[in-house]
Amino acid sequence: MNSIILQIAARYLKWILIVFAVLALLRGHNHPGGGFIGGLMAGLAIVYRSFAYNAFQIKEELKDRPERYIALGLSVILLSFVPSLIKNATLMTGLWFTIPLPFNEELKLGTPFLFDIGVFFTVIGVTLMFVFSLTQKSQP
Amino acid sequence: MSLIAFPILFPFILIIILLIFRSDRLSRWFGPIGTGLLAMLSVYLLVLVREHGVIALQMGGWEAPFGITLVIDYFSALMLVVSSIITFVVAIYALYFLTARIRLNRFFIFFFGLIMGMNGSFITGDVFNLFVWFEVMLMSSFVLITLGRTKDQLEGGIKYLALNLIGSLFLLAGVGLLYGKTGTLNMAHLAQILTTDDQAILMNTSAVLFFVAFGIKAAVFPLYFWLPASYHTPDVTITSLFAGLLTKVGVYTFFRFFTLFFVHDPQFWHQLILVIAGFTMVAGGMAAAAHYETRRILSYHIISQIGYMIMGLGIFTPLAVAGAIFFTLHNMLAKTNTFLVSGMINKVRGTYLLKNIGGLYKEYPLMAILFIIPAFALAGVPPVSGFFAKFILIKAGIENGNYGITAVAVLTGLLTLYSMLKIWNEAFLKVQPHNEFEKNTIQKLSFMEYLPSVILGAASILMGVFAYYVFDFTMEAANQLLDTELYIKTVLKGYQ
Repeated sequence: MNSIILQIAARYLKWILIVFAVLALLRGHNHPGGGFIGGLMAGLAIVYRSFAYNAFQIKEELKDRPERYIALGLSVILLSFVPSLIKNATLMTGLWFTIPLPFNEELKLGTPFLFDIGVFFTVIGVTLMFVFSLTQKSQP
Repeated sequence: MSLIAFPILFPFILIIILLIFRSDRLSRWFGPIGTGLLAMLSVYLLVLVREHGVIALQMGGWEAPFGITLVIDYFSALMLVVSSIITFVVAIYALYFLTARIRLNRFFIFFFGLIMGMNGSFITGDVFNLFVWFEVMLMSSFVLITLGRTKDQLEGGIKYLALNLIGSLFLLAGVGLLYGKTGTLNMAHLAQILTTDDQAILMNTSAVLFFVAFGIKAAVFPLYFWLPASYHTPDVTITSLFAGLLTKVGVYTFFRFFTLFFVHDPQFWHQLILVIAGFTMVAGGMAAAAHYETRRILSYHIISQIGYMIMGLGIFTPLAVAGAIFFTLHNMLAKTNTFLVSGMINKVRGTYLLKNIGGLYKEYPLMAILFIIPAFALAGVPPVSGFFAKFILIKAGIENGNYGITAVAVLTGLLTLYSMLKIWNEAFLKVQPHNEFEKNTIQKLSFMEYLPSVILGAASILMGVFAYYVFDFTMEAANQLLDTELYIKTVLKGYQ
C-alpha cells in the first residue's frame, strides 16, 4: 500500500498520538490513564506510520528498536524497586517526594510514577514487536 | 522476607541483562548459571517453609486483602524446586540441541519469561495476579513455539495461542464474577469468606468458569486439543520444557483453587473431577497408543498422566492429595526426560518417525539406559519414582471406595507401558531399516549432551529410592492444602 494521503496524515497524527500518550501517562496515577494505555497509544503512533509507509521499510529504519524499548522499560521498572529495597521497606512500597514549584504549585514524584514510565516503554516495545512479527514472512 | 519475591524478580533481572547484552556467547553462560541459582533459591525457600510453615510477603506494604500477597507453602515450594531443576537441565540441553537457526540469546529471553510467569503462578496469593502470570507464561510460550519460524510452527503456535486465549477469557470471566460476588480476590480472604458463608453454593457459576479455564491450561479430557496440535512442532528443547512445566501449572492452580476456597459443593465437584480424570487418562493413553512419532506419542502421553493428578484431587483425602502431588513432581521429571531422549534420537538419526529408526540399543547403550529410566518411571515399574506415585494414588482410591477410577488408573498403566514399549521396541531393539536415515553424520554424543538426561534420570531414581522422605514432604503439603487455617492466618494476620 502506498497512499500519499495516509502518509501525510500519519506524519501529523503521530505527534498528536504521542502528545496524548504522554498526557495519559502523566495523569495516570489518580485518574484514568497510566503507563499501559499511554504506551499503547504511543506504540500505535509508530505502528500507524509503519502501515502508511511499509512495515518492512520501517523495520529497517528501526533496526532492533522494539527490543531496546523493552529493555529500557524493564530497566526503569527494576529501578523503581531499588528505593524500597534501600529504605528497607517491603518490596515495591510507594515512596513519594514533592518538588516545590513557583506559584504555590508542587510536583509530586514517586516510585509508582517511575514504574509507570517503565510500563510505558515496555508496552511500546511489545506493541511494535507484535506488529512487526505479524508482518514478517515465514521461512520454509 | 523480600526473598519471597525473588523467584519472580531474578528471572526478570536476567531478562533485562539478556536484552541489553545481546550476545550469544554471554547467553550460553547466563542460561545454566541463572537457572542454577534459581534452583538454589528454591531449595532455600523450601527450607524456610519447613521452618515457618507458610511464608507470605505483602507487596508494597499493602496488607492483605487490599494488596497483592505472595505466599509460599509446601506445595508451592515443592513445585518451585522441581520446576527449577527442570529449567536448569533444559538450559544445559539447549546449548547443544537447539537448532542453529534459533539464536540462544532470543531463546533464553523468553525461556526466563516463561520461568517468571510460572514462578509467579506458583507463589501468588491473588486471583487476578494469577491471571497476569498466566498471560506472561502464555505469551512467552507462544514466542518459544514459533521461534524456529517454520510454517508448521506458526500453525501450531497460532492454535496454541487461540485455544489458550479462550482459556484466559474464561479465567477472566471467572475472576470478574468472583470479585462481583465477594468483593475480594485475595485467595486467603476468599477462603475465609467462602468456607463460613452458607450462600457459598452461589459460587458455582464462577467455579465452573475456573474449572474450564484451568481445564484448558492443564489439558484435561474434553479441553486438551491445543496440546497435540502444537507440542510436536517446536524445537525439541522447547517441547521438553513445555512438557515438564506448562500443563503442571494448570494442575497446580486446580489444586490451589479446589482445596482452598471452592470446597462448598464437594459431591458434585469431586464426582465431576473424577469422571474427567478417568476420561483424560483413557483418551490420552489410547491416542498415544495409536501414534508412531515419538513426540506425538509423548504429547498424548502428557494428557494421559494429567488424569492421575486430577484423580488425586477428586478422591480428596489427605493421602490422595499427597499421592497426586508426588505424582506431579515425579511426572515433571520423567516426562521432560523422555522428551530429552527423543531429541537425542532425532539428533543421531534425523527423524522422529519410529518406522525409520532402529538399532539404537546396539549403537548407543547409554541412550537406551537413559530412555528406560523415565519410561519405567512413567509406566510405574519399581524402584523408580512412578511406582510409588501410582501406588499411593491407587491405595488412596481403594481406601476411599473409589473403585471405578482406581480400576481405570490401573488399566491406563497398561496403555502407558504399551506406548513406552512401542518406542523401546521400535527405536532401540528393532534392526535399523535401510533408508536415508541409516547413515548419520554424528557418531557419538558427548558427555555434556548426555548430562541433562543423566541428571533427570538420577533424580527419578533417587525419588524412588528415597520415596519415604519425598512422601513426607508431599504429605505435609497435602495436610497444608486440606487444612487451610495456617494459610489464611499467615496471609490475613487476623483480618476479619
